[in-house]
Amino acid sequence: MFFFIIKRIAATIPVMAVVALFVFLMLRLSPGDPAAVIAGDYASPEDIAKIRTQLGLDQPIIVQFSTWVWSLMQGNLGISIFSNLPVTKLIAQRLEPTLMLSLTTLIFAVVVAVPMGVIAAWKAGTWVDRLIMVFAVFGFSVPVFVLGYMMIFSFSMELGILPVQGYKSPFDDFWQFVRHITLPTITLSVIYIALIARITRASMLEVLEEDYIRTARAKGQTESRVLISHALKNASIPIVTIIGIGIALLIGGVVVTESVYNIPGLGRLVVDAILKRDYPIIQGLILMFSFVYIIINLVIDILYTILDPRIRY
Amino acid sequence: MPPRDDFEVIDFNSKIKGEFMKNKISTFVKSFWKAIFLVGFLFAGQQVSAETVLKVIPHADLKNIDPIWTTAYITRNHGYMVYDTLFAMDANLKPQPQMVDSWDVSGDKLTWTFTLRSGLKWHDGADVTAADCVASLKRWGARDGMGQQLMAVIEEMKAVNNKTFSMTLTKPYGLVLESIGKISSNVPFMMPKRLAETDPFQQVPEIIGSGPFMFNKDEWVPGSLVVYSKFKDYKPRSEPTSGASGAKIAKVDRVEWHYIPDATTAMNALISGEIDYYEQVPADLVPILKGNPDVTVEVLDPLGNQGMLRMNHLHPPFNNPAIRRAVLASIDQEEYMLAAVGVPDYYRVCHSYYPCGSPLESSAGTTLISNGSIEKGKRLLAEAGYDGTPVILMQPTDIPILSAASLVTAQRLRNIGMKVEIQAMDWSTLTSRRAKTEPVGQGGWNIFHTWWIGGDILNPVLATGMSGGGTKKAWFGWPDNAVVEMMRQEFALATDANLKKQLGDTIQGTVIDQGFFGNIGTFFVPVGYRNNVKGMIPSPVQFFWNMEVQR
Repeated sequence: MFFFIIKRIAATIPVMAVVALFVFLMLRLSPGDPAAVIAGDYASPEDIAKIRTQLGLDQPIIVQFSTWVWSLMQGNLGISIFSNLPVTKLIAQRLEPTLMLSLTTLIFAVVVAVPMGVIAAWKAGTWVDRLIMVFAVFGFSVPVFVLGYMMIFSFSMELGILPVQGYKSPFDDFWQFVRHITLPTITLSVIYIALIARITRASMLEVLEEDYIRTARAKGQTESRVLISHALKNASIPIVTIIGIGIALLIGGVVVTESVYNIPGLGRLVVDAILKRDYPIIQGLILMFSFVYIIINLVIDILYTILDPRIRY
Repeated sequence: MPPRDDFEVIDFNSKIKGEFMKNKISTFVKSFWKAIFLVGFLFAGQQVSAETVLKVIPHADLKNIDPIWTTAYITRNHGYMVYDTLFAMDANLKPQPQMVDSWDVSGDKLTWTFTLRSGLKWHDGADVTAADCVASLKRWGARDGMGQQLMAVIEEMKAVNNKTFSMTLTKPYGLVLESIGKISSNVPFMMPKRLAETDPFQQVPEIIGSGPFMFNKDEWVPGSLVVYSKFKDYKPRSEPTSGASGAKIAKVDRVEWHYIPDATTAMNALISGEIDYYEQVPADLVPILKGNPDVTVEVLDPLGNQGMLRMNHLHPPFNNPAIRRAVLASIDQEEYMLAAVGVPDYYRVCHSYYPCGSPLESSAGTTLISNGSIEKGKRLLAEAGYDGTPVILMQPTDIPILSAASLVTAQRLRNIGMKVEIQAMDWSTLTSRRAKTEPVGQGGWNIFHTWWIGGDILNPVLATGMSGGGTKKAWFGWPDNAVVEMMRQEFALATDANLKKQLGDTIQGTVIDQGFFGNIGTFFVPVGYRNNVKGMIPSPVQFFWNMEVQR
């Protein structure tokens, strides 16, 4: 296992290198010029050219790439073209809101979805099962922004019990954090609850047909013990897989929720950077997202061995 | 259904009775915590603080903080918070002294001497000196169009003493005060000499001004939050506030700009009271806000914004002035504004190329455009000998007003008989592509739209679109007209108001006749604020001094 982990971590280096090259080339080949955006409406072509020179954008692509890679190797993601702030600082400012929203969403989604899936499988074919599946279809179908606005209208505008927008750090004021994160968490969770509940149900249905389940029941085990200790544990591999994919999607995919609730997270940072062509931020964030995906996949692979001792690397 | 035998034992078995009580207590405790939680939810946000805060949703995200390095309006507004100016435009668009106490012009109009007010301080505690102002003007003059023109006639600019500096010109210049009191980007903001000596093409490393508010850089989260605090040593003028001039009094301890890109969320935040002031309310949200008794929606900008249809003069078909005239003749401002803005209260038909209500407002040359119609456009296009060359129209889909205007243009041009290809893109792509002088087949373009705030088009020197300097000097689209350039130069040098008015009229007439660009109408963007916010200043630019929140 130890060598497997070392091997996988070592494998991240070529993957990151390919991602870095790909991102760099894609950005440079796409239309748009940050110097023109900075220069604004009044600039002459000479002004734009001078800004391009100041930013080093007039250098050959190979030189720009080498400079970037050299600073990456020194742990420096570069300086934002627009704000003139280090990309690491900008990411650090935005990391906490996104991580907190992802974490609360994940916890809430798992806590709600897994029992829902287990109950749906246990009561398969009954109205309970159908009700849960109706919810799952609803969760998949309703766009996040529609749900977000509905939640804001109900809980913030009509009842007035939760704020409309913004983010507060739990380290500054925990109650304010809870107040601000509640609606975004519920909004973002719905689709993941639907996804995880469906996978859990499908996986449980398969396992519940197995001989060892019949044996467990024949031995007089309680239904809850059969479901949780025997069925759920054996059905957990696809569930863990989908939760892992969910985490990866959450880190980069919270942009709509962040926009609706005005949460200053990484999703909005990357969209703003793309609109302005702030190359260092885009490059830094995509590299970071790639690294997170790789690590999450590694953690999932390790979890497999714990959940199913037959799996060995 | 399972047997409901629990009811039987509750009433008759004391042991079970105990369990029942335990359950009731447990339920009570749970309810208690629920209530605490709810109360916490309701009241946790209500903190008592003596500090007065004005919470604002700005029109854009403050991405860079050097107002000389960029022309972005949001950075200009940030500049007005932090920096002060030597002169400033009043409500009648006349330059008035701001940091300057007195000034003098020599009889030959070649030497200008300015003396600063006493007691002006930078945010770091140092005194404002004349040398700081000279360095600041030089940096501004290296970047700003009007500044470059002023610098071209300055022979020498130097500090005479700590409070006085002089400007010696090579020839009399009619826009000295208008230039250094310019209201919009790039505004000649004053900064300490050590910062003003930064390369104008690089951002200043530190934000130290002498304005009514200080920038809290540590609290700045690009894309989310900008915080300013009151500069206690600021010395306001004694005259009443008028436009950008007069007393600038910071009436709140702190101004917070909360950037909320989603318009619906921004509106909800204003209605719920989380935000005090919404700088630019989209027209489609106005009816909802107007229906709320706690919120006021009004227009503070008397001049509005002028929409522009810009054609590329370098390549067919718009290298033919007759075809450009046909396009201008087909413009119906009402139709453009209905599509782009929608609410008649927030637009007006104004054919003058200078803002309606401004000193140079003119009807010169507007016969061609005042009754824009398809028939007229069709007739002029036929007379111009249009050969069917397709028109590439760049449509910025991320800016709704310009996106809608692009669609109107495309349809009207098709109606007069032109072939139009719309190319959808984001604004960033458009800004880089519009700089291309190459033919359409090599990545060039034919038409795009933009708008200018009234303060940017007050006169032909300021109005970048009126430049006829060709590929070397003119703005994107590159009209080449030596006569217009000469008249703009004369306007800059003219010191007589009547002569300026005459030149302004003639330039407008020529610009329309030669089809430099189309004026597609004037629109206004209202502000929205809670009723307890007072002290707003009517102006083409948003200012936050004098504003207060009555709690």
